[in-house]
Parts: sequence; structure tokens; C-alpha cells
Amino acid sequence: MGQIEWAMWANEQALASGLILITGGIVATAGRFTQWYFGAYSIAAGVLICLLEYPRGKRKKGSTMERCGQKYLTAMVKLFGPLTRNYYVRAVLHFLLSVPAGFLLATILGTVCLVIASVIYLLAAIRGEQWTPIEPKPKERPQVGGTIKQPPTNPPPRPPVEVRKKPSVGEEEAGTAGGPQVNPIPVTDEVV
Amino acid sequence: MGNWLASHWLSVLFLVSWLGLNMFLFVYAFLNYEQSDKYYYTRQILGFCNRSLRKPLDHNLLFHKLVAYMICIFTAIHVIAHLFNFERYSRSQQAMDGSLAFVLSNLSRHEKEKDSWLNPIHSPNTTVMHATFTSVAGLTGVIATTALVLMVTSAMEFIRRNYFELFWYTHHLFIVYIICLGIHGLGGIVRRQTEESMDESHPHNCSKSFLEWDKYEWSCRRPHFVGHPPESWKWILAPIAVYIFERTLRFYRSRQKVVITKAVMHPSKVLELQMCKRGFSMEVGQYIFVNCPSISFLEWHPFTLTSAPEEEFFSIHIRAAGDWTENLIRTFEQRPSPMPRIAVDGPFGTVSEDVFQYEVAVLIGAGIGVTPFASILKSIWYKFQRADHKLKTQKIYFYWICRETGAFAWFNNLLNSLEQEMEELGKMDFLNYRLFLTDWDSDIAGHAALNFDKATDVLTGLKQKTSFGRPMWDNEFSRIAAAHPKSVVGVFLCGPRTLAKSLRKCCQRYSSLDPRKVQFYFNKETF
Repeated sequence: MGQIEWAMWANEQALASGLILITGGIVATAGRFTQWYFGAYSIAAGVLICLLEYPRGKRKKGSTMERCGQKYLTAMVKLFGPLTRNYYVRAVLHFLLSVPAGFLLATILGTVCLVIASVIYLLAAIRGEQWTPIEPKPKERPQVGGTIKQPPTNPPPRPPVEVRKKPSVGEEEAGTAGGPQVNPIPVTDEVV
Repeated sequence: MGNWLASHWLSVLFLVSWLGLNMFLFVYAFLNYEQSDKYYYTRQILGFCNRSLRKPLDHNLLFHKLVAYMICIFTAIHVIAHLFNFERYSRSQQAMDGSLAFVLSNLSRHEKEKDSWLNPIHSPNTTVMHATFTSVAGLTGVIATTALVLMVTSAMEFIRRNYFELFWYTHHLFIVYIICLGIHGLGGIVRRQTEESMDESHPHNCSKSFLEWDKYEWSCRRPHFVGHPPESWKWILAPIAVYIFERTLRFYRSRQKVVITKAVMHPSKVLELQMCKRGFSMEVGQYIFVNCPSISFLEWHPFTLTSAPEEEFFSIHIRAAGDWTENLIRTFEQRPSPMPRIAVDGPFGTVSEDVFQYEVAVLIGAGIGVTPFASILKSIWYKFQRADHKLKTQKIYFYWICRETGAFAWFNNLLNSLEQEMEELGKMDFLNYRLFLTDWDSDIAGHAALNFDKATDVLTGLKQKTSFGRPMWDNEFSRIAAAHPKSVVGVFLCGPRTLAKSLRKCCQRYSSLDPRKVQFYFNKETF
């Protein structure tokens, strides 16, 4: 278990707990159970937790799979700086959020799961992990003409001017090689 | 879609029947509780009672996941339904309005017949919380669901792929889950009216006169209730027995002696282990589980077998890809003597004997997927040498696609030796292979261009030149179709899903409509 990053699992657990809290809260509120206002609280707490935990932090080693569409929430979570970076804060926050939901049967499962997430975050914090946002890589624009420093000063080597005769338009060259081959050295037919 | 159905009809049939059976059981149990007379009074308090049945069956990984999703869905339904139930029980216990529900709830107050209660919440002062945590069902329910949540969160793909040990050890919470599931129904909280009570005072006759029960000689008697015995164990007993049997078998197999005949360190930290075990017999493309107690007592890891069945030993090639493999390679690098003990379980996996049935075989291995083809190519070569009649293959096209050959240098050597042997036998055209390097840069390409005229490839030393980039399957398929206009060609892939999709399309495109002409059959093997 050498390289485990506990925070990654804590994140999944907290996200699941948030969803369970929301579900339990909806059941209690919709069914108007006894003390259903705890259910209403539970929905709010669940939404907050889901928003906080949705953006996945960056792994220390290797590449991290982002959750779909998490970059907007990453920007928001980043704003709180050390409050969201530090996992001790998260552990305490989750623990406190879970307490009121523990008074209602419909949401007590959410409480239990969130407390477990809080404990795992505590473990992560003790091991010195922290939340680093996943930044999108700046798109590398292809540098147009970036490698062209200066145009060349010398013309490319060409055969001397005399033999660079361009065939005139429309003139028919009787007898000579009518093809594309232009001989740099004049070739004569040695007829004696 | 039609093609997919044709090749997977058995799985589809199984799945549809299993889902259908689940639906049927759900609906049957539901209707039973909704309509049967035994539950008439129960319904009076609860209004409508819901119960779902869960069958944890383990078959293969995909089915396992499907079952897990179903369990989660049904757990959610079950928990929500019981939350409503308990709330209603609680309300009817506190309702002082003299309704039927109230009268039924007070049945527990009578001391004459013990256990004849209907409402599990025995007094108006008991909260649902108290009732939950003091009943077997409630407590086991909370514990089991918590275990389930922990199992699911540690089994998310992200955690599984990157922190496998966490997933593996947490998943053993299923033991807690199964035990809690088994004893969940012990309290008999779901009650029904007893048969004698039904004979004496049937709800159809007596429910309206509930205020007068037991009052006069001619009035109805109070109904008596009895708890439903636990039933989960009936569903889970057989699978548990199978699982225990399998684990015992694995333990027994692991005690058998495995002798390491050779350990070879290949370049790029690839360790080859050649081993012998009494009574071990394998087929091509299978895999084994390997355990090394000195590295980790409990961990078993799967490795594809790279030797052919015709050889006297069996071998695996291990690449460093995590804690366990790195430790293993480090241990063997130090040439310990005596060698560390290894335990082997297997072989497992579908036998890909189909490979030998096709006249022309197109084998495509991408990345690590090339490993089973080591076994297949070796086996084909042995069968060819011995002129084995079971081998119908006349020609093999092998495509090897990988980022860089470093980690597969050993496979390189295998191709090299096959090349030499074929040359000796004068059968150079039996195996036609092409290697594609997808991770190249201008240096490598330049180097290759400069050495274009050399007989062997600069990178691999093989006679066949390396190509860069991905293969153009259209060209390849049309070439093969042109070369073998009347054959049946089997295409075998071990690689990523996207490649499977494009290959399947090519197979369909290049198969001739005339069944006598060339036909391509695609087999995606998960080796």
C-alpha cells in the first residue's frame, strides 16, 4: 500500500456521502417525516459537499482523470485558498456537517458515510497531502514563422546563366530533346 | 447491431433471462404483499409495502458490475421504502384517533399472547431511531449499507486503476455485507396474520368492526400475527458455497510445489520466469494467478502465459507496473538462492483455439496485448513443424503495434528466432509480420531513412522493416483480400476498444457478399 493517496478515496467517499445525504433529505422532506427540517438541512449540506468534492485534486504522481466538466468548480474551489487546500479543514468541516443529519433516521446513513470520509481526510492530512487544482494546459499555438530568423542571404546554387535557358513559349525546338530535361552542358551530336 | 447480436446471442439471452427473472420476482413479491390476504392488516398500517430481493451472483467481471449496480439500486429502493414504513408505523402508534391503524398498533400491549404484535414500534415513546438500532434488521441494515458504500467508493475506476491494493482489501468488506444480509431478516419484523387467525376472523369480514374485537361473544377475535422468517439465505447460500469452494481450491492449488527452472532478466526490466508444476496443462492465450508470499502474503496477480503448450515448462513475462511487480523484479535481480517461493493458480481464460481453425489468420496485438500472441505464435510454429493436422493455418499476418519496443524486446527476440527457423525450413512466407511504432520522432525516422538499404531493420534487427505510425487498415485488408480471394480469414485482436471498432468495420467492409469468396471474421479476445 506504499503509494496510496488517501485523499483520493476520501474524495470519492465524501462525494457519495453528499449524494446519500441529498437522497435521505429528499425522502424525509417529501414524506414530511417527524422532524423533517433535519431533512431540509441535509439536502443543503449534501449540495454543499457535492460542490466542494466534485473537482478532483491532482495526484502527486502520474496523470489525473478529471471529472466531466469539473473545471468551473475547480475555479470556484480554488478561490478559498488554504481553506480548501488543507485537508485538516475538510476533515473538521465534514465532521461538523454530518452531526445534524445524525438526528434523523432517513439521513443517518449519510452521517455515517460522511464521518468515515472525514476520518480518511484526517489520515490524508496527517500524511501531508493537500488539494492541488488540475490546471488546464495552455494550448500551444503553432508559432507561425517562429523558426525563421532571417531570410537566406545567398541564392541557392544554380548552374551558370548561359545554360539556364528558359524554353520560349510557343517555339518548337526541332530535333533537340523536347522533354523536360535541360542539359547544363551542351550536348552535341558527334557527326563526323 | 445484427452482427453483434449474432455473435453474442448466448450472453444476451442469459442477461435478458436474468433481468426478466429479477423483474418477475420483484413484481411477484410486490403483488403478494399488495394483494394477499395474509398481509391485509399489515397493509392497513403501511398503505403499501415494498420489498425487493437481491441476488448476489458472481460470474465474470462485467456481470459482477451489473449485479453491483442492481444491488445499489435495489438497496436504495429498499432503504427508502423501509424509511417510509417506519415513519408510518411510528405515526400510527402515536395517532390517538382510534383508527384501525391505531388499534392494530396496540395489539402489542396485550400480554396474553406474546409476540402477536403487528407494529414493530411498540410504544408511542419509541422513536424510529431507537427501533432501528435495537432491532436486528435495523442494525444489520445500517452496517451492511455502510459496507456497501465503502466497497463501491473504493471500486470506482479511478481508485481501482491507481490504488489497486486499497480496492482489493476494502472489497473484502463483502464478508461483513453478506453476513449482515443473511441475518437481516431474523427479527421477523414483516408480519402476517396467522392461518388460524384468518380462519377465525378473516379481514374481509372483521376489518370494519375493529372497535368491537373481543368485546362481545359474537364479535370477531383479535387477529394474531407472526413474523416472516428470513429468506435471504436461500438466495445467497448456493453462491456462497461456490465461492468458498473456489477459495479453498485456490488455497489447495497454491500449496502445490512450483519449481522455477529459469529466471531471465530481459532489457527494460522485464522478468521472465520459466516454471514447472506437476499436473499443470495449459492452452494458448490463457493466464495464471501468481502469488509470492515473501513479497505479499495475500496478493494474487494475473499474468498471461507466454509459453506454448508444446513446451515443457510454462513461462510468464513480468513488467514493472506497480508495487508488487517492482518488488518481485528487484528480488530476482539480486539472484537470491534459494529462489523465493512462488504459488500459481490456474490456468484460466477462454481458450483461443479458434486461431488454429482459420486458413488465414490475421493477428493484431497492441501494446501489452501482444503478450498472448507470444504463446499463440510459438504454438502455431510448433504445430507447423510437426505437421499437426489440427492446424489449418496456412498463412499468418501479424501486426504488432506499440509505442516503443523497449519493454517488448523479448518479443522481438522471439520474432527473430522464428524468422531464422522459418528461413531454415524454407518457409519464409508462412509468417508475415509488421511492426508499427506509434511513438516516433524525426530522429528515429531520419535514422531509419538513412539505413533504408540495409537488410535488417535498425531498431529491431528483424528482416521486416519497422513502420511508423498506425497501420492503415483499409490498405492492409484490401491487400489480404486480394491475396486470398477465396479464403476464410480470422481476425484476432488483443488491444483497445477503439481499435476493435475500426477493425470490425473493416471486416464487414472487406468481406465479400458472395459466401464463397473472402470472408473476414472478427474475434475480439479478452485474453
